[in-house]
Amino acid sequence: MSKEKFDYFINGEKGKYEVVIGLEVHAQVLSNSKLFSGSSTKFGADPNKQVSLIDSAFPGMLPVINEECVKQAVKTGLGLNAKINNYSVFDRKNYFYADLPQGYQISQYKNPIVGEGKVLLDMPYGSKEIGIERLHLEQDAGKSIHDMDPSSTYVDLNRSGIALMEIVSKPDLRSPDEVNAYIKKLRTIMRYLGTCDGNMQEGSLRADVNVSVRKVGDKKFGTRCEIKNVNSIKFMQMAIEYEANRQVEFLEEGKEIDQETRLFDTKKNETRSMRSKEDAHDYRYFPDPDLLPLQLEQTLIDNIKKSLPELPDNKKDRFIKEYGLSSYEANVLVSEKEISDFYEEVAKLSDKKLAATWMMGDLFAMLNDKGLNISKSPISAKNFAELVRSIKSGEISGRIAKEVFEIMVESGDNPNKIIESKGMKQQSDPKELEKMINEILSKNKDKVDQYKAGKEKLFGFFVGQVMKLSGGKANPQLTNEILKKLLKG
Amino acid sequence: MSNITNQSLSEILESIKLKKISSLELTQAYIKNIENAKKLNSFVTTTFDQALENAKKFDNKPNNEQLLSGIPLAVKDLFCTENVKTTAGSNILNNFIPSYESTVTKNLWNNGAFLLGKLNCDEFAMGSSNETSFFGNVINPIGDQLVPGGSSGGSSSALAADLTPATIGTDTGGSIRQPASFTGTVGLKPTYGLCSRWGIVAFASSLDQAGPMTKTVNDCSIMLEAMSGFDEKDSTSINKKKEIYSKNLKDNIKGLKIGIPKEYRVDNMPKEIDELWEKGKKILKDLGAQLIDISLPHTKYALPTYYIVAPAEASSNLARYDGVRYGYRSEKGKDLIEMYENTRSEGFGDEVKRRILIGTYVLSSGYYDAYYLKAQKVRQLIKKDFDDSFTKVDAILTPSTPSSAFKIGEKTNDPVSMYLNDIFTVPVNLAGLPALSLPAGLDKKGYPLGLQLIGKALDEQKILNIGYAFEKNCGYKNEIKKWWS
Repeated sequence: MSKEKFDYFINGEKGKYEVVIGLEVHAQVLSNSKLFSGSSTKFGADPNKQVSLIDSAFPGMLPVINEECVKQAVKTGLGLNAKINNYSVFDRKNYFYADLPQGYQISQYKNPIVGEGKVLLDMPYGSKEIGIERLHLEQDAGKSIHDMDPSSTYVDLNRSGIALMEIVSKPDLRSPDEVNAYIKKLRTIMRYLGTCDGNMQEGSLRADVNVSVRKVGDKKFGTRCEIKNVNSIKFMQMAIEYEANRQVEFLEEGKEIDQETRLFDTKKNETRSMRSKEDAHDYRYFPDPDLLPLQLEQTLIDNIKKSLPELPDNKKDRFIKEYGLSSYEANVLVSEKEISDFYEEVAKLSDKKLAATWMMGDLFAMLNDKGLNISKSPISAKNFAELVRSIKSGEISGRIAKEVFEIMVESGDNPNKIIESKGMKQQSDPKELEKMINEILSKNKDKVDQYKAGKEKLFGFFVGQVMKLSGGKANPQLTNEILKKLLKG
Repeated sequence: MSNITNQSLSEILESIKLKKISSLELTQAYIKNIENAKKLNSFVTTTFDQALENAKKFDNKPNNEQLLSGIPLAVKDLFCTENVKTTAGSNILNNFIPSYESTVTKNLWNNGAFLLGKLNCDEFAMGSSNETSFFGNVINPIGDQLVPGGSSGGSSSALAADLTPATIGTDTGGSIRQPASFTGTVGLKPTYGLCSRWGIVAFASSLDQAGPMTKTVNDCSIMLEAMSGFDEKDSTSINKKKEIYSKNLKDNIKGLKIGIPKEYRVDNMPKEIDELWEKGKKILKDLGAQLIDISLPHTKYALPTYYIVAPAEASSNLARYDGVRYGYRSEKGKDLIEMYENTRSEGFGDEVKRRILIGTYVLSSGYYDAYYLKAQKVRQLIKKDFDDSFTKVDAILTPSTPSSAFKIGEKTNDPVSMYLNDIFTVPVNLAGLPALSLPAGLDKKGYPLGLQLIGKALDEQKILNIGYAFEKNCGYKNEIKKWWS
């Protein structure tokens, strides 16, 4: 792929502006129980069915840290090439809201469990490193439901107390595309690690987006605005686009930007002010006296490190080296762990390069069409490998292969069985082909004469006739060779 | 056995074991006393039916192998008790019935005791005179105009008036030891983490600790043994082997080094307190202990430090009382914020509001470093003072309080003078150490005075032993006329 140039700038009358973006991603930790209680974290239960006395903050209830969540955070930190802090502290973030039972959220403020790290993005203009500022553990709040009753608000505490990892990036992102790539990369890493399912529809991944603008070449960052709780990549991109342009307009008009918290209105596609810096909450953070500081043994960290699966960046390098894939192909095939697993199974049994082409072409198109995840593919990796093998060996042509593929999608059958039972095997016997071609040539003497007189375009016509007569099964390469030979004679 | 209720817990246990009295008779005797002592206002809730049931159950199948076989006990209304209203002395929890039992009370029941009722206390344990309770002030059996101390004032009053054979309280800044001192009883604040905080309505999490209140040191060791122990539900609980305090109790303290901190001789301290302290020293010396002058130089900062740390934690701990899920909710208000404001305005009393305000203030951005952070640093220095001293001594002897019980209403309009009552007790909470308050004498008005023995962390056995020896040689006996019945 030819390298493009980065070109996301906003042109104002008074100059060209660069957009500076930092993200605070809230990723729900994959764990069976909540951060400080034994309640289940399963999505979709009836309201208030997964709530313990601790989650609902009854008098005298105390939090006890869930070790599994700690391990998941460490794992994620290692996946982000980050420093794991042996000592971290849980703090209380105090504010009142109906779906915050304790009146405070247990979070980590000054001493997070994970420190600085980095994430690599593959952009069309080359690879780009995004710095991670920190990752900390915190509790989720419950959910207020305002539309069930005209005069009351209902509260569902199922989510209350579920563990979240807040992953804070450095202000290293410069465009909505980079944000897209960054979120997807985080998601991929966490799914590889099994630390977050990355399911944005279920709210497992949400983000607060910090946006500022500055003239190209300026060293100082502009004043930023924070857009709260955006829950899809598309909305993040739209919000950034809107917000960056709003800020540029402001600056062009000579106005100052207020540091404030804004909300993205998905219906109107605009951000609007939620609260200014002056009205900002004073969260009165202080160390939670109910919890001791979290002290991690180095051996625990080392053991987790040893148990880490191969991560996407490493896998990509290996795919390029081992399977001879292009950087682009490797990138696509490692984007989901399930995809890479599927690919590796196919590649083991068939041609590595051809497998990649067919997976990224027909298989992905079909899955996309049906809205299916690769783990739900109607074609198994083994059958898919058989298909690729049949193509490679010349047993079937590419065109027939597409037909076989369709039948495989419908029936889930083994391709050999389909080829056999439907007689779809490619005609590769030169004698048979020669017989067929002779028949066609004798039927079309006039065309043969024209061809010989120099109308070489007619070659395609003859090929077409062979395909028609053979029901598409004639081996195209052989057909070409034999046709050329006989037409010369 | 008409006099059974003025006996000590260990004597009563003996009588039960020897079948001199049944658990039912015992329980009936206490119920009678309680019904005759309504004037003291020491109970918020009684559970007589349930207690009688439990007593009968015990008598039918007596198990005398337990520490508290067949013993009815009233407990401070800060301990959550399953299916029994638990108020913390507050209007905001006035209708709250927990579905769960605190670990400490569960430990007592697992040792053979059962619940007799819930005892009045200062609202959310904030107070030194039991005058902040939503359920009215408690009266000290020593005199009808006297406060019983606080915040475990219902506990001290009920114990001294023979309404329960022993009891438990909680001590955040002196709430067990000061009321014990005011009523001539024994009170122990254990090492932070020795008794689980699970199921106790929280005041200040880093300071709160439950402990026994009893008539004798031996009783105290029995109760401590029954109530303490590791609890995985409390992250600050200490995981260690359980000690058998009562069996190991001994009165030989020869050679022990007792520290006498000069900083506990404060200005304007009544002469009687000083004389009491001298008496205490002499008793210990006569028993073969060695007195050593020590210095705890940061003592004077303990009270201001405490009144930053405790309210800060309280302001956050009490945020959960918002009227949304349980407890009192105001019907007034047009939106969520107004509902909060009205609920908390009507639900909390003045002292609680005062501490929430102080706590919110000291945690606010811009003030955090100057108050909360500094207080935490001073707290470390106070702890270090004790650590340094304990390299030289086995225990420290001080007065428990700077005065005897004061009159009802005497300090209610002057919070600072009220707070000063905790001056000798708060350093111990800040340092997380165990301390025992022992009745040691009377002032010239005839009101009891207490001395405090402070021990090393987890050295409860040693201060109990010293207290045991002291008690035998002090000759103090509570002589309370039952003027209320």
